Amino acid sequence: MSFEQPTHFAFDEASEAEVAKILAKYPEAKKASGVIPLLYVVQRQMGRATGSAWVPKVAMDVIADRLGMAPIRVYEVATFYFMFNMKPIGKHHLQLCGTTPCMLRGSDDVMRACHDAAHVQVGQTSADGLFTLTEVECLGACVNAPVLQVDDDYFEDLDYDRTVALIEALKRGERPTPGSSIGRQTSAPEGGPLVLIDVPGGVAGGGE
Amino acid sequence: MAKVTVDGIEVEVPNGATVLQACEAAGKEIPRFCYHERLSVAGNCRMCLVEVEKAPKPVASCAYPVADGMVVKTDSPVVRNARRGVMEFLLINHPLDCPICDQGGECDLQDQAVGYGMDHSRYREAKRSVKDKNIGPLIKTIMTRCIQCTRCVRFSAEVAGTAELGGTNRGENLEIGTYVEKALTSELSGNLIDICPVGALTSRPYAFVSRPWELRKTEGVDVQDATGTNIRIDTRGPEVLRILPRINEDVNEEWMADRGRFSFDGLKRKRLDRPWLRVDGKLRQASWPEAFAAIAGRLKGLRGDRIGAIAGDLVEAESLLALKALMAKLGSENLDCRTDGAAIDVTRPDFYRFNTTIAGIEEADALLIIGSNPRTEAPVINARIRKRWVAGRFRIGRIGPAGLDLTYSHEHLGEGPEAIRALLDGSHPFMEVLKTAKNPMVLLGRGALMRADGLAVLAAAWEVARQANALRDDWHGFNLLHLFGGQVGALALGFLPGAGGQDLGQMLGGGVDALWLLGADGVDPATIAPGTFVIYQGHHGDRIAGRADVILPGAAYTEKDGTWVNTEGRVQRGHLAVYPPGEAREDWRIIRAASEALGATLPFDSLAQLRAAMPLEEGFARRFAADATGPSGDPAAMSGAPFVLPLANYHQADVIARASDVMAQCAATYAAPLAVAAE
Repeated sequence: MSFEQPTHFAFDEASEAEVAKILAKYPEAKKASGVIPLLYVVQRQMGRATGSAWVPKVAMDVIADRLGMAPIRVYEVATFYFMFNMKPIGKHHLQLCGTTPCMLRGSDDVMRACHDAAHVQVGQTSADGLFTLTEVECLGACVNAPVLQVDDDYFEDLDYDRTVALIEALKRGERPTPGSSIGRQTSAPEGGPLVLIDVPGGVAGGGE
Repeated sequence: MAKVTVDGIEVEVPNGATVLQACEAAGKEIPRFCYHERLSVAGNCRMCLVEVEKAPKPVASCAYPVADGMVVKTDSPVVRNARRGVMEFLLINHPLDCPICDQGGECDLQDQAVGYGMDHSRYREAKRSVKDKNIGPLIKTIMTRCIQCTRCVRFSAEVAGTAELGGTNRGENLEIGTYVEKALTSELSGNLIDICPVGALTSRPYAFVSRPWELRKTEGVDVQDATGTNIRIDTRGPEVLRILPRINEDVNEEWMADRGRFSFDGLKRKRLDRPWLRVDGKLRQASWPEAFAAIAGRLKGLRGDRIGAIAGDLVEAESLLALKALMAKLGSENLDCRTDGAAIDVTRPDFYRFNTTIAGIEEADALLIIGSNPRTEAPVINARIRKRWVAGRFRIGRIGPAGLDLTYSHEHLGEGPEAIRALLDGSHPFMEVLKTAKNPMVLLGRGALMRADGLAVLAAAWEVARQANALRDDWHGFNLLHLFGGQVGALALGFLPGAGGQDLGQMLGGGVDALWLLGADGVDPATIAPGTFVIYQGHHGDRIAGRADVILPGAAYTEKDGTWVNTEGRVQRGHLAVYPPGEAREDWRIIRAASEALGATLPFDSLAQLRAAMPLEEGFARRFAADATGPSGDPAAMSGAPFVLPLANYHQADVIARASDVMAQCAATYAAPLAVAAE
């Protein structure tokens, strides 16, 4: 899989504001600690600017320069965490959890829906450039399994049809509300709360 | 101190020592891959597991601190079982390619697999394979063999100071490499081959050449820089196959610079292997008697003061002494060894030595570098400076060309002598740093003396050291960093103009009718006055040999028993590893034979007799500055010209390296690093 590395990268205005905020958290001598947040800044800026949220090599060099690190130290961190995309991805990054609870609750169906609706295989980007599909390990949303992460949002309690609907909506440029697709309140039991119902101001009373 | 019992042997080790060090103190060998005593502790190979009483499971001894009263078992069934398990894991992804692996026979993994490996594999799944990396012309990588001990990563980041290697990706996909393919920029990269415990990083020039048990090992001294690195020359038959460093804590620890390690293929190319004689303007091959007859024919009848001798940068003390004695017999005082034109005051040895000593760098707490790039002039000494810098509280200032990466941060004080003046008149704040330091060091590069006002620069640098109180009877902070292994020896033997003798410039300029060049490859042939009869004695047919009227083929440093003096003044001996090629002979023998032909027979017939007359005592004693009186120059006479570094091209700085194909590849690679990065 070949792709072109850009030859130039510079933080834009919005990113610079974020960078300043991040670096303020660390003492000058320990600013290398900011490498992970800065990689996120780069990835988000690439998403804004090119529609593909990834971290080009030249941007890692910019980070290394900014933090006074050897470039290889940035490469090591960036390649270690799968949250950083080292090659261009589609407009939406679909990260499907395939770990045991999600698998038991039907992640295979969600996977099939991704194949059918987004026309994309695991590890690939769809021909229209809209979707990249990755199978990931536990996303920590087992209660609402199966879960599909679209960019930074979790979509939960999915099945085949609702996944297809979600992807079609994304194709139309809409942004469905994240969270449970069956109307579950956060990770409360299906069908609404079963306990603390009679507590005044409790969960069932509508308060948070 | 903590008392530790290792396999029933009680040892005392300092608090904070590791269990592994305690085991070594007790004489127990602990297998290890990732641990290296000169690198930080990683603790990731798990081969050094031992059993510690009251610990619930085996512990990695390299990363486990000792405690008083600790009881350690290094050879219990638990330990052996644990190490067998570790070995089985290590071998899961290691290829079974020992028969074609260059590390075979000197491989830590191979050796330890004999002790802890199984006779078969239980692993039925696919092994992983890793793409090989191109990290330059010196190091061959077979990354599938890598066991990810990260020694190379730590070496390049910690010792070499060029953090270019790292581990990218994770888990089963972890790979050691540079991520973006590039040639390593370190002058110490050859050491990666030595520290790699498996066959992942091997020598590219030595690939598929030999097995370690076929090699004859001879101890020698590296002459290609002035560090005096202790080396082992590995030979098979008449060929030098590789050169490795030996451990000498006072000089090179266990490191070695790339030029000394990899340029030996230059010893086999462009060699002078028989005498040559200029007849009717053309050089033709000749026999030794013919060559000597030609010399005798020209020199007889010449007055002594019309004969001169110039020695080069790599020559050993024995032949210098022999040639000096011959010149004395012929009545000549015209000697010089400073072919680079450096102005050096030899009235006292500490005016031209690295007096702090290399190991002494670790006691210094401030450093001023003048007109030198130690990273290319003496990479191993530079690593020692870096080691001191890493330890902290070490301010470094430098005067010379801007923009050098020395692998440690330093303050750039200026480009030329005006910066020294500013230090001397106290107008530069760095002088305060030197003055308040307990053990300040001034490191003056030989390059800073290769100029008309060289003596003034020398005196000014000495004056800086004196004002900084670096010249005391318990500390000598004045250091001259020479460039090649023969330079200090020639100065120490006084291979310099005697009373009324001519110096280099006068001899070249027509002051003599006959000129004997002993390995003087640094002399520009164009500067020799026409009509001068030139005798060139040396081992390579470099540019100067083309100007010679008689060529006497000599021996390179691997081909003779010789004494060399490093930049500290340390007298070290190297031994003959292979015989000189063809008709070439050891240099002192050539001079002895010539003396007979000239009717001025020298009074020694063996190396032992010659050495008995040598005023150099083997070994080394550190000397302090009992006398702060400076060299003869006048600091005020310094010109304003900025300092120029003497070595334009690290990889082709001497005659052996210039003949080396490997060094030519390096020069091509590093001259255009961008082209490499772009591929």
